Amino acid sequence: MMSPEHYLFLSLALFLIGCIGVVTRRNVIVVLMSIELILNAVNINLVLFSRVFGDVAGQVFALFVLAAAAAQACVGLGIILAFFRNRETVQTDEMDLLKW
Amino acid sequence: MLDSILFYLFAGIAVLSAGLMITRRNSIHSAIFLITTLLATAVIFLQLRAEFLFVAQILLYAGGIMVLFIFVIVMVRLDVAPRKIRFRPQKFVAGLVAAVLGLEVAVILLLADKLPGAGLFIPKIEDAEKLPPNSEELAKGLFSNYLLPFEIVSVLLLVAMVGAVVMAKNKKRTDEP
Repeated sequence: MMSPEHYLFLSLALFLIGCIGVVTRRNVIVVLMSIELILNAVNINLVLFSRVFGDVAGQVFALFVLAAAAAQACVGLGIILAFFRNRETVQTDEMDLLKW
Repeated sequence: MLDSILFYLFAGIAVLSAGLMITRRNSIHSAIFLITTLLATAVIFLQLRAEFLFVAQILLYAGGIMVLFIFVIVMVRLDVAPRKIRFRPQKFVAGLVAAVLGLEVAVILLLADKLPGAGLFIPKIEDAEKLPPNSEELAKGLFSNYLLPFEIVSVLLLVAMVGAVVMAKNKKRTDEP
């Protein structure tokens, strides 16, 4: 097996790319996808340390993160659909009203 | 040797397609590059001997969540011409924040064994041959030690499902709030 640092740096790279995506993209759907990427990067860490310590708890929590990501995606996309029906846009910089 | 070739190949694919994902204009392209990243990550999981998560990642992410994303992308109209792009300082700020955060974590990781006492503790890695069968071990953990979180997650998924149905329901738009 490779040294754990390799995996940590891979996870760090994916996490940072996800962060940049969340901040720079204007399309809400791509922002949600970037959040999925961040959750995925965290999962790499959990699985890595599960492997390093020989303890299954990390994988159990990676599974929970997977479930939370699924829940977040489904509610988020539902909100995007509802928003799109009302405002005809999915761009973040056009979402500037608290009430309409 | 084979381990490191596999790792660098799939880590490279993951990082490259993640970078492409956040830079593509077309959302469908972004979604497809995200699928590539998730599949490459699944292979990394397999390399870390997490067979169950490997399968769950492919089925759940690439098979389930991404289909949902693509459905939504084709449902919202995207062929509207994007408005003229103004000067956006977010890119600079995002680059700065990411660079600072990355530098910080990288320094901590690199200096982990050089700092006295305060470094990152990484024990000796367990021998891969001595690991118990993964799915069996995961099931044991899930249904014994972590039974309560497991049930809470199932309730969370139910709530999310109901929430998604409520949000996406096509109700008549009222004129006056």
